[in-house]
Amino acid sequence: MAGKNCVAIAGDTRFGVRNQTVALDSNRIFKINNRTLFGMTGLNTDILTLRESFKFQMNLYNLEEEREISPKTFAHNVAQTLYSKRFGPYFITPIIAGLEGEDYTPFLCATDLIGAMEFPKSFVVAGTGEESLMGVCETFYKENMEPEELFEVVSQCLLAAVDRDALSGWGSVVHVLTKDGITTKRLRTRKD
Amino acid sequence: MQKGGFNFDLYQRNVELIEKNNYKVPKTTKTGTTIVGVVFSDGVVLGADTRATSGPIVADPNCEKIHRISDYIWCAGAGTAADTENTTGMISLQLELLSLSTGRSPRVRTALTLLKNFLFRYHGYISAALVLGGVDFTGPHLHMIHPHGSTSTLPYISMGSGSLAAMAVLETGYNSKMGEEDAKSLVHQAILSGILNDLGSGGNVDLCVIKHKSMEFFRNIDTTNSKRKFRKKLPYMFKSGSTKILEKEIKEKMEKMEIVNEKENEIEELEEL
Repeated sequence: MAGKNCVAIAGDTRFGVRNQTVALDSNRIFKINNRTLFGMTGLNTDILTLRESFKFQMNLYNLEEEREISPKTFAHNVAQTLYSKRFGPYFITPIIAGLEGEDYTPFLCATDLIGAMEFPKSFVVAGTGEESLMGVCETFYKENMEPEELFEVVSQCLLAAVDRDALSGWGSVVHVLTKDGITTKRLRTRKD
Repeated sequence: MQKGGFNFDLYQRNVELIEKNNYKVPKTTKTGTTIVGVVFSDGVVLGADTRATSGPIVADPNCEKIHRISDYIWCAGAGTAADTENTTGMISLQLELLSLSTGRSPRVRTALTLLKNFLFRYHGYISAALVLGGVDFTGPHLHMIHPHGSTSTLPYISMGSGSLAAMAVLETGYNSKMGEEDAKSLVHQAILSGILNDLGSGGNVDLCVIKHKSMEFFRNIDTTNSKRKFRKKLPYMFKSGSTKILEKEIKEKMEKMEIVNEKENEIEELEEL
């Protein structure tokens, strides 16, 4: 979700195989650089593969370009990587959130599993609970939220949606990205 | 690193996942869509709605479906969103390179041939239905391209899930001697008809008017359908501290490390045996 010169990404930390919970601490939100956060949902093996793949590509980018990648460029990179597997795709739904440019304008991008990007100004959702998430976010979202309020709104949206989704839960983590750094908070969710 | 083109590495694994393990595949974003093109006396008008759906959910209520192929050749796309974006992008760059190497401004017919050859190679698996319109030195042109690679050249075209609703309006209102304002209003009405009557189309109306050496893009020319009338006036206020936190960690922005003291590595000299 985007706020005033800040963005936040929240996700749960359950890793399960259909109805069985396997792990409670699977992290699916990764920091690309000081300005970009990248989250994925879907098949865990693809999440891990792509995390390594993008880490490798970003390291190369940093070495070649001698600067940090901008979130918009990274989003296009993700879309291209996903579309190259158009007929045999990675089963993931990625979300990119970052702060773009000198004035740290919030940038949000979500793509589908084959890289069709959308750039909304307000919020992006993904995962098994995405329909509930979309409903709560649409209700609670306000424009120009400060980081503290953004954290509250994002957390409440995630907790509400996770309560209505059997496959999500067992812990959640919220990252708020501002120009000064990332604040990470872990929340208590239902353990069922 | 791969060379180019599509990568089929994961195809076998995906087939097994879906068939044997009943994996629920994430949905692709489709542009259900109403796209329309009309030729008038001086040029071409293209129109599109702005809804992108993912199953029954609206993934993007305001997406751009009219893509630039060249300055005066534009293309509206229906079908799988990733396919229309990447296909028009690829042909746009091929056309740019071609026009630079031939030294001539690109023709609509060239874009048409590039698109239809590309789509035919994939036998409809790339689900992109396109309305290609533009003005080059031979005049205004309008073509429709189906996902399997067949094309038609017509004075007025509608494609997408809302094509029947739009075509009804076009058939009623089209005449071959239309001027720019009539054509714009006809396209506008056709898209509106698609938005109102087709569930896969919605949002705002985008219009693109192309004439000789001139192009005007009217993004969101009509937003009456996307303004929510009964929005709650006072927003929900969450007091700071209303969410209970278990752990908190603040990572300050990491600056690049500056090298303060540079010492040359003192290599130990190998002892000579």
